[in-house]
Amino acid sequence: MIYIDEEFCKGCRICSEFCPTGVLGESETLNRKGYYPPVVAEEAECHGCRLCELLCPEFAIFIVNEWLDEQAG
Amino acid sequence: MNRPAENRQFTDLYLARLAGQEHFIQGDEAAALGAVFAGCNFFGGYPITPASEVAEVMARELPSVGGYYVQFEDELASISAVIGAAWAGARSMTATSGPGFSLMQENIGYACMTETPCVIVDVQRSGPSTGQATLPAQGDVMQARWGTHGDHEIIALAPSSAQECADLMIRCFDLAEEYRTPVIFLMDGEIGHLRERVVLPQPDTIERAVRRKAAVGEPVFGGETVPPMLEFGDGGNVHVTGSTHLEDGLRDVQTAEVHDRLVRRLVAKIERARNEIAQVDVDVEDDASVAVLAYGATARPAKGAVLRARAEGHRVGFIRPVTIWPFSIDEIQRACSNLKRLLVPEMNLGQLVREVERHVDCEVVPLSKIGGVVHTSSEILSAITEADKGC
Amino acid sequence: MLKRLADPEFFEALTAVNADRDEPPLRPVYGTRDPLAGLVADDAPAAPRTSHHRLLKYLRREVLPTTFCVGCGGGTVLNAFAHAVDEMRIDPKGIVCVTGIGCSSWIPSPYFLCDTLHTTHGRAIAFATGVKVMRPDMKVIIIAGDGDLAGIGGNHLIHAARRNLDLTVFLVNNFIYGMTGGQVSPTTPFGAKTTTTPYKNVEHPFKIADIVAAAGGSYVARWTTYHVFQLMESMQNAIDKKGFSFVEIISQCPVSFGKMTGMGDPVVQLKDLRDRSIHIDDAKGLTEDELEHRFVVGKLVERKRAEFGDGLQELIANRRESLSEELDGGLRQDTSALETGR
Repeated sequence: MIYIDEEFCKGCRICSEFCPTGVLGESETLNRKGYYPPVVAEEAECHGCRLCELLCPEFAIFIVNEWLDEQAG
Repeated sequence: MNRPAENRQFTDLYLARLAGQEHFIQGDEAAALGAVFAGCNFFGGYPITPASEVAEVMARELPSVGGYYVQFEDELASISAVIGAAWAGARSMTATSGPGFSLMQENIGYACMTETPCVIVDVQRSGPSTGQATLPAQGDVMQARWGTHGDHEIIALAPSSAQECADLMIRCFDLAEEYRTPVIFLMDGEIGHLRERVVLPQPDTIERAVRRKAAVGEPVFGGETVPPMLEFGDGGNVHVTGSTHLEDGLRDVQTAEVHDRLVRRLVAKIERARNEIAQVDVDVEDDASVAVLAYGATARPAKGAVLRARAEGHRVGFIRPVTIWPFSIDEIQRACSNLKRLLVPEMNLGQLVREVERHVDCEVVPLSKIGGVVHTSSEILSAITEADKGC
Repeated sequence: MLKRLADPEFFEALTAVNADRDEPPLRPVYGTRDPLAGLVADDAPAAPRTSHHRLLKYLRREVLPTTFCVGCGGGTVLNAFAHAVDEMRIDPKGIVCVTGIGCSSWIPSPYFLCDTLHTTHGRAIAFATGVKVMRPDMKVIIIAGDGDLAGIGGNHLIHAARRNLDLTVFLVNNFIYGMTGGQVSPTTPFGAKTTTTPYKNVEHPFKIADIVAAAGGSYVARWTTYHVFQLMESMQNAIDKKGFSFVEIISQCPVSFGKMTGMGDPVVQLKDLRDRSIHIDDAKGLTEDELEHRFVVGKLVERKRAEFGDGLQELIANRRESLSEELDGGLRQDTSALETGR
């Protein structure tokens, strides 16, 4: 499950550009600061690699799934 | 959180033994021992004449009392580490002279802004610049007051004997804790290297000021004139910054009112306690029309000159400020209230005398002597005789 | 005689300090204040805030969102750091973050929720030395930039490596003095254009990780903000390692560095970091010229040397040992015993 915090996002596009499977696209709605946050375009392609979560400079995108929750303990 | 255990009993046993011994030592060594008795447990320093002996004695004594001596790559690192150590719970100090003191100014300002208790010993030598590296002077008086940028107050004490070096060091550490401020110990090369008999106090007779600790959640940078402190590891997630900050430490440089409130409080903290901090030796009779005001090394020949003048029949007073900053305005005004002339011998081209002049009504005569030599009592005596004419 | 500074207003302001004794402290102004207040129509939908990110618990919420530029690598470093601390299960109450001045110094301070010491330019490592010597039980971590640690603070950096005190330093290298607008720094590449080298940089840069390795660091590595997984692991190794550990983190600066080098798009710069990187194992056969504009990433050095803090403790223990015999077999307590709890 991919969570995006639109209000933290500054529209740098690092997550969508570096996603290895092209899961993310760009929203057509501006957030309140005037940036276009990402949207989940191809959810099925997400393998939960968490590259987007780790690359994001703003803690604006993160993955939640059972396996990860187990790892986190 | 675990930290290495402090063995207070062992330390006191060791200090008691030291106190029981006879000491014929230099002012520098006395200052270092005074610091150890005051509970100093971190010294960060760099060698410089005439302060190196302070470092050497600290290096020798601190391991015995469970303290840490670290010699740094320069004075900038020294003062930085002293401040870091204070926030980690230390009673910390450094010792230097003019050139090193100049290097430390930025972080002395940081200590003022973050209200970090610490002691900086400046054993003044002849300047400016490298100057007469091995000879004494009193040329850092104004630098101690204004060396760092921005509006701030500072506390500075000046000893006139090796015994005072030991005794006043304990007071320096107490003032640092009481007012949460850096304190400057303005020694000079003359007192620093003067060997005299020193008596060290029994450890159980020393009342050390205890650092006031805040409860987690209480503001550490405001709320009271002198706020209580939280140390690293107390679980308070304390944020210490040299930027203008709110009562909880978080930065706010945008709001004018926040800066105004913070800096006025920092100034008020010491300004309003001027009379509590003041320490002046006053020996002025009502019928005296001339007096000599001297501090540090100069106070010795000055006192000698006053005694000789009195023996010759002059009615002359003697004023010795021990607290240089904040300037003891009330005490000194009172002492000078009936005077016609006040002589101020200094080993500089007139620094404290400017402060004296601002506050007293009588005529003020600076007696400057530079060149790395202390005034002789004969010189001051002839100045007294001259000044007393027509009084 | 000059009258005492007797402006009544001045003294009134001084005495007014007491007035806020009963007032609670002001809340911080960032984050909790809505910057768009008054600018957005009243009937606009409320901002959705998910804020379920499990790592937000490591951050000071009241100062978010960050002040980093769009796409700043500094945010990625903070992210990796939070992930590393989380994975290692370190209680942040046992961490002190020490920083200097500059954009990179803002990475943990004030964002990371632990004891934070935001010091003067270049001196973070010296302050941190004082902290660590007094609190060897805490993790003392320094995060600052290339200008701060390799420029003005270079001397403190190499001496700390020499001393081998158990500190962890993350030097975030964006090749520029970013906060002041983009001046040349000691790591700016030869030939680059910056605001103070508007024609060409005619100075050679430091390879700072190599210098720290030569100065005696116990663990020295270099990664970039592209290699986030390796970076996170390297951070964990550095924090774990007893002794002076150092990770140079090459980071994109889209605004101050990017503006005069044609890499204003963070994605473009990050891809450039990825393409220039070469793993140390692959770089073994190559000459200095071939590696001229590349970043050698990976672990450069790991060694085991006596740690400075241990040395200081030993001095105390030995001194007390020899003294205790003199002090009438007095109190010989094991000075290595630790008090539990505070």
